[in-house]
Amino acid sequence: MYRIVRKEILNPQVKLLEIEAPYVARKAEPGQFIILRVNKEGERVPFTIADFDREKGTVTIIFQEVGATTQLLGQLNEGDEVEDFCGPLGVASHFEGVKKAAVIGGGLGTAIAYPQAKKLHSMGVSVDAITGFRNKDLIILEKEMAAVSDRLIITTDDGSNGTKGFVSDILKKLLVEGANYDVVIAIGPPIMMKVVCDVTRPYGIKTIVSLNPIMVDGTGMCGGCRVTVGGQIKFACVDGPDFDGHEVDFTELMRRLSMYKDSEKASVERHKCRLEGVVNG
Amino acid sequence: MANMSLKKVPIPEQDPKVRSKNFDEVALGYTEEMAVEEAKRCLNCKHKPCVSGCPVNVQIPEFISLIADGRFEEAYEKIIETNSLPAVCGRVCPQETQCEEKCVRGIKGEPVGIGRLERFAADWAMSNTKRTYKKVSKNGKKVAIVGSGPAGLSCAGDLIKMGYDVTIFEAFHLAGGVLVYGIPEFRLPKSLVQKEIETLLEQGVEIKTNMVIGKVLTIDEIFEEGYSAVFIGSGAGLPSFMHIPGENLNGVYSANEFLTRINLMKAYKEDAETPVMRGRSVAVIGGGNVAMDAARCALRLGADNVYIVYRRSEAEMPARLEEIHHAKEEGIIFKLLTNPTKILGDDKGWVKGMECVEMELGEPDASGRRRPIAKSGSEHVVDVDTVIIAIGTSPNPLIRSTTPDLATNKWGCIIADEQTGRTSKEGVFAGGDAVTGSATVILAMGAGKKAAKAIDEYIKSKN
Repeated sequence: MYRIVRKEILNPQVKLLEIEAPYVARKAEPGQFIILRVNKEGERVPFTIADFDREKGTVTIIFQEVGATTQLLGQLNEGDEVEDFCGPLGVASHFEGVKKAAVIGGGLGTAIAYPQAKKLHSMGVSVDAITGFRNKDLIILEKEMAAVSDRLIITTDDGSNGTKGFVSDILKKLLVEGANYDVVIAIGPPIMMKVVCDVTRPYGIKTIVSLNPIMVDGTGMCGGCRVTVGGQIKFACVDGPDFDGHEVDFTELMRRLSMYKDSEKASVERHKCRLEGVVNG
Repeated sequence: MANMSLKKVPIPEQDPKVRSKNFDEVALGYTEEMAVEEAKRCLNCKHKPCVSGCPVNVQIPEFISLIADGRFEEAYEKIIETNSLPAVCGRVCPQETQCEEKCVRGIKGEPVGIGRLERFAADWAMSNTKRTYKKVSKNGKKVAIVGSGPAGLSCAGDLIKMGYDVTIFEAFHLAGGVLVYGIPEFRLPKSLVQKEIETLLEQGVEIKTNMVIGKVLTIDEIFEEGYSAVFIGSGAGLPSFMHIPGENLNGVYSANEFLTRINLMKAYKEDAETPVMRGRSVAVIGGGNVAMDAARCALRLGADNVYIVYRRSEAEMPARLEEIHHAKEEGIIFKLLTNPTKILGDDKGWVKGMECVEMELGEPDASGRRRPIAKSGSEHVVDVDTVIIAIGTSPNPLIRSTTPDLATNKWGCIIADEQTGRTSKEGVFAGGDAVTGSATVILAMGAGKKAAKAIDEYIKSKN
């Protein structure tokens, strides 16, 4: 069992849990992920590592309550435990030789972009951070991102925070104005990553994306997370989750992500019934 | 008085029509009377040919004669002197190519049902006795085992009896390896696997789950934690794909994924959190036990048609005869001498069919089996909405890629001495599918056993 030592509500849908997992914390690096199960009947769900503290022996995850498991997870409090917490999995991000980087987080993707920005910043890399949200109430990690970047631009789809547009629009503007990056790191919904890749492609800027396909074991055993990268089949769990965005078949990724949509809906409904049953009973 | 019947006492089974709709065990096991009757078929040969066919040297005539005398608990005790997982072996061992193949009764008629009797003794003991364990004095040495499948469990079972502190590192949240994620409930009930594992825990074996060795700890870091030796029994978990067009369509699974969802994650239960696609028409590609398991699972999930698509003929199928027989009884359709060339998708990216060619057998290839050759003009489309690829697995690269001084061969298998499991790295032993590539439960158990003995000798030689 793995104890929750800190819980924060970052916005109405997004929560942060800092969980005691000393073995995982000892090895964790930005770009890697963990797989957890909330309880004995739970499914195995991957979460990218948002932060870690080797001394405290904790690993932080940030998630949006979208499915049955994340809703269940969202109800847990400090002091509660999760059944399983396995990691660190996947290959850590590599930043050798980078001098100037743009780190882009779309919505919840900001939580995963944050440790990358933090690492780059600690290496002395100049970091432009661009984060985007649907509206100003959904903005997360503003202070944290500001602390690890030279410049932070936060944009909203509806302009409610004063800057309107998608992260890709902001990036395009910066590039047109002459910004020069060794690498662009884009993390968020697949469609956002795809659009960012389309923006950087003409400039020939290396663009790293972090993929989140469906997986079971996270160790290369099931192959459920296979993605096509540069025409080759790769397993996101062991070959990634970071990949060269210009090589990724995003259409296939999005299609494969929809594989269990119907059963996911049914599962959320089932949980809702159970919860309401508890409240009413 | 020996029972001279030429046939084994039949084992009660669920009716094929009934069992093809549930995940309960197919074979129901002998009653005491049946077991005694079958045990009496054993001639108690002095030279014990059967024992030479057993990778873990179960004292077969001895335990069978105890059953014939109605001394069931003693029969069980006799088996576990050399076999730490009898309830498992009695069910999934290929006895027909091991102990039973050597049985003298098999020369004329059927061999003694050694597997069925082993299973009987184990099941009887589980439901009628409370195990007690001889107190073993601890020698203060720690051994680490990577992987809690058959190789690791049997290695642990022997080492704990020798007085070692044994810790098993398991990557999944549950111990058992292929016994829990691979082999379906209807062939090997999971409650039984857990009971076998509990007997190891009761003897003091420690199992640490969620530990992916190669990631959370390297082999060198395990030694830094004070272990005197490491046994790697991490299996062959990496699924092979065919590299034909359409393999990434929605509705295409590796057998590993399909079976893990069903067996480990219980996706066959209506209220399971983990989903699995319930196909209407399912093609399973491959001819081994895993292919049979996947096909029979797909049928139980409610498919109308399930095909086994295999490029050679039935004679070359690597699956056990019993599995092929059971699959056929349940209505699995065998499309032999057929090879898929392309998986077809609809406009939304879901599987809608599979293009195949017919094959004919040519000259024998390196494996000694006749090489299948495509017949030109035989292309045809099979109507399926789910495709499961069960063409084999290879060892996972996570350990070898983080242990540079561990020698592996071109297939990624760890190179280990057949008799001792000794590898190129000092203090590191290996066995099971991680060494051989995918093979059987019992061969892995045999390798775990040999390694336990070699580890004991190695540690003693160091002091």
